[in-house]
Amino acid sequence: MPFIPHTPDDVEQMLGAIGAKKIDDLFDEIPKELRIESLSGIPDALNEMELGRLMSARAAQDGMPINFIGAGAYEHHIPSAVWAITTRGEFYSAYTPYQAEASQGTLQLIYEYQTMITSLTGMDVSNASLYDGGSAVAEASLMAIRTHRKSKAQRILVPTTLNPAYRKTAVATASGQGVRFEEVACPKGYLSVADLEKYKGEDITALVIQQPNFFGVLEDVDALTDFAQANGWIVIGSVNPTSLGILKPPGEWGTKGADIACGDCQPLGVPLSSGGPYAGFLTAKMDHVRQMPGRIVGRTVDLNGKQGFALTLQAREQHIRRGKATSNICTNQGLLVTAATIYLSLVGPEGLARVANECHARTNELVAALTKIKGVKLAFDKSRFHEAVLLLDRPVAPVIAELARRGIVGGLDLSTDYPELGNALLVCATETRSTADIKAYADALADTLKAASRAA
Amino acid sequence: MAMQKHPEKIIFEYSRPGRGSYAQWPTLKSESPDSAVGDIPVALRRKSKPLLPEVSELEVVRHFTKLSQLNFSIDTHFYPLGSCTMKYNPKACNQYAMLPGFLNRHPLAPEANGQGFLASMYELQEMLKEVTGMQGVALSPMAGAHGEFAGVAMIRAYHRARGDLARNEIIVPDAAHGTNPATATMCGCVVKEIPTKDDGDIDVEALKAVVGPNTAGIMLTNPSTCGVFERRIKEVAKIVHDAGGLLYYDGANLNAILGKVRPGDMGFDVIHMNLHKTFSTPHGGGGPGAGAVGVSARLLPFMPIPVVGKDGDKYRWLTEKDLPQSIGRLSAFMGNAGVLLRAYIYMRMLGREGMHRVGEFATLNANYLMARLAKAGFEPAYPGRRASHEFIITAKKQKDELGVSAMDFAKRLLDYGFHAPTTYFPLLVPECLLIEPTETESKEALDGFIDAMVAILKEAESQADLVKSAPHTMTVRRLDDVRAARQLDLTWKPAAA
Amino acid sequence: MSNNIPADLKYTKSHEWVRTLANGNVEVGITDHAQGALGDLVFVDVPEAGKTLKVGDAFAVVESVKAASDVYAPIAGSVVEGNPALGSQPELINSEPYAGGWIARFKPDGAPQGLLSAAEYQAHLASEG
Repeated sequence: MPFIPHTPDDVEQMLGAIGAKKIDDLFDEIPKELRIESLSGIPDALNEMELGRLMSARAAQDGMPINFIGAGAYEHHIPSAVWAITTRGEFYSAYTPYQAEASQGTLQLIYEYQTMITSLTGMDVSNASLYDGGSAVAEASLMAIRTHRKSKAQRILVPTTLNPAYRKTAVATASGQGVRFEEVACPKGYLSVADLEKYKGEDITALVIQQPNFFGVLEDVDALTDFAQANGWIVIGSVNPTSLGILKPPGEWGTKGADIACGDCQPLGVPLSSGGPYAGFLTAKMDHVRQMPGRIVGRTVDLNGKQGFALTLQAREQHIRRGKATSNICTNQGLLVTAATIYLSLVGPEGLARVANECHARTNELVAALTKIKGVKLAFDKSRFHEAVLLLDRPVAPVIAELARRGIVGGLDLSTDYPELGNALLVCATETRSTADIKAYADALADTLKAASRAA
Repeated sequence: MAMQKHPEKIIFEYSRPGRGSYAQWPTLKSESPDSAVGDIPVALRRKSKPLLPEVSELEVVRHFTKLSQLNFSIDTHFYPLGSCTMKYNPKACNQYAMLPGFLNRHPLAPEANGQGFLASMYELQEMLKEVTGMQGVALSPMAGAHGEFAGVAMIRAYHRARGDLARNEIIVPDAAHGTNPATATMCGCVVKEIPTKDDGDIDVEALKAVVGPNTAGIMLTNPSTCGVFERRIKEVAKIVHDAGGLLYYDGANLNAILGKVRPGDMGFDVIHMNLHKTFSTPHGGGGPGAGAVGVSARLLPFMPIPVVGKDGDKYRWLTEKDLPQSIGRLSAFMGNAGVLLRAYIYMRMLGREGMHRVGEFATLNANYLMARLAKAGFEPAYPGRRASHEFIITAKKQKDELGVSAMDFAKRLLDYGFHAPTTYFPLLVPECLLIEPTETESKEALDGFIDAMVAILKEAESQADLVKSAPHTMTVRRLDDVRAARQLDLTWKPAAA
Repeated sequence: MSNNIPADLKYTKSHEWVRTLANGNVEVGITDHAQGALGDLVFVDVPEAGKTLKVGDAFAVVESVKAASDVYAPIAGSVVEGNPALGSQPELINSEPYAGGWIARFKPDGAPQGLLSAAEYQAHLASEG
């Protein structure tokens, strides 16, 4: 019996202590007609060797293509130390730090994480994580509604330049509480003050700005932040943490800084892993701390006056406030925060700036190489960071399929979410893409487009 | 016990300007770290240096290794936290979930390149359907509370689709986990609480009084948070269904009945499972979890997307187009993929017979502990009942007579090398300790725990102060929670120059 | 459990006390029993001036380490002011629940109704057990 240590002797002794004859007797309070005999749909057990063969075959099946997609999940170099330490049993198999004295490792780590992520985003306070960048937009919006004492309408402006998966997640998560997410169309590929003029004087609670935006284009965050705050709107910045090695953080946008920052920690030491687990971050100005959902760690002292760490401000959370909690979140993404904290400690301020710099350089190199090809042009002529939208002279899906056959994951087809752009492809090159990788992509794409042209 | 005894500095205290883990940094093609960003307007560029450590690689490794040694964990300690199912996390789950083919795959890469991963997800859906008796499973909710949210949202969507807009009340027992009423509120519902009787079952008469045309549904855990099986569950299901409401099952206690009873057979319309409890994915110091949901036939159209589907022998994601009435997308991608892979691996290693054994041995261990602790002088909260996979003992007598509380017992257990059970939950049993051993603990581990509890009971009688001021042997004594909340110190700041 | 119940005040079943001031306004706080049950207070969310309330509306939140409770309006009226001292000294509610720990002052809509006398509140506490 895998993972169950009991010998028949053990079972006999234990039943004796209980006063039962067989294990089945222990279920005698359960109505007989509910008890199942067999789970015929479950296959026989595999031992670890057999299991290893199965999973290795499945993983090999998916190959190792060269990746050029970003769109909210980014491939970066992950130092070996990150997961060697994160998968230590003391981090991996520990529980939420409710018994603080037995969890000082996790608690101190979260305190260090809170310090790093608040500084990176230019804010004052952070929580211990949310599920991902999409739900973080929802939680930030709900937080803005709780904080904004005057606004009644619960209207959140979301530009179409915000990651569409984030928008959809925010709607699915928060509309049940009456939150209305209104899309602001951005046909030029970025949000401008002109796009917001029509909301002047209306009861809007908050504006979400993504930087860089979903297309990789850099938004004019200062003008947008000042305009929004002049109208009494709360400003939420959804940001990529790698980019903050080079870009101005939300806390420094405009004259007063954004009020709330959110995003995903995935670029910080967390592998792509087919989609998760990642970790959402949420930071804010100190004024808003009591409206912040999720766990928060504070430093305090023990009975002897020695420094220690504990969960604090728990009265906001579900296990105390129940129906009136700031959120129902309980388990969050602790292990990924561990990885992100170790990653940030290894890169430091200079390393992070270098990573950001190289991502930008590689994307510029990629764009230059691909736009040399006939039938490929750049969509938006504006400053960008680390991602770009290309326009092809033909539908994108078959091109992506052909590139995949050649071992290249070429980018994201935007035509489902942004049909108005035409044949649009979102591409990204991080510091992990070498010049040889980029040349391989360019050659494959040129070949693909030529072959299709010939066939046409 | 080779635990770190001394406190560890905060990482920033190791920082020195110019120090760094150079092997991890990209090599620059020119002198400055931001040579390529000249094409970005200066106004958008960072001027302030972020507060990140400037330390060598060894310092990072040593610091975080030492921090890990300040933790209790399943790998190092018996961890009988009720309601949390702290069972062994098999190393194989981690090893094979982190194979490069899975680890390096972008979630938006073409599905043709993801058939191995998708096959595993599809089979996980099928196995979870089988063990729970439900008709459909969606994997994207990222924690139990997230699964609860999906479940209640589906219930609401179901009623609205039928034009029944008045149904906005969710019934919740007073013993329910706090996420239940919090979730109901998040879905725009009104919470109606019903009491639990002294024998641990919910008050069925109170339930009859509160159901009506506004009832959207009821949220139940079975076995309940009191550690006992809800014996009148079929009657409860009938009452709620007859009133037009749906039944939601909080799967936090699924470990008690895995392989013995199926929520679908009990009459539940929608359930969430905590894969990080029942299916042994790691707790990670606070996540990541996975709160997969299972639904009956009438809720299939509302499942959160994406769900894995099969066309012939090809797997693909089903999205908004396939499920137009879906409650929507709860994750920017598809949920905690790596966690789901670990759950899949665990279920394959248990196999059919292994599933049956989980419920059996979890229940055996809990009943053994309860019987022996009762004999040793502790007071079970529901003495006439079988324990499920967990049980409650109340320290009310010790509090009243000796001034020693459940909290004090919990803290003193740390000195004996055991993580404390869950304390003060459920709220309706005073001074409670909710104890869940799980099936992966040996009889010796349980006996060691019993010995420690007996020793602490003796200490409570003769040296109460020792227990009341515990722990004594950890790196810190009891922490000042009041100060932590009144004098907020949430980030480290460099000393003023 | 601390159970000081001044005879000259009125009370509610949800553990608020009410004092009528000389100018006709009404001062409200939570009782000694309530502050004892909550434990050391760490934060109080006092209402802003001008807010109008019906009987039973939640108008403040008192937060300790282990609990956060709503405080309910015992009378209908409008808020004149919240106690400004509670921002930096929430512990005043613990040390002086009936004096320095007052939470808000109201201008009442008519005479307060349905409140308990000190004796009735005492009996209510005894029955709650």
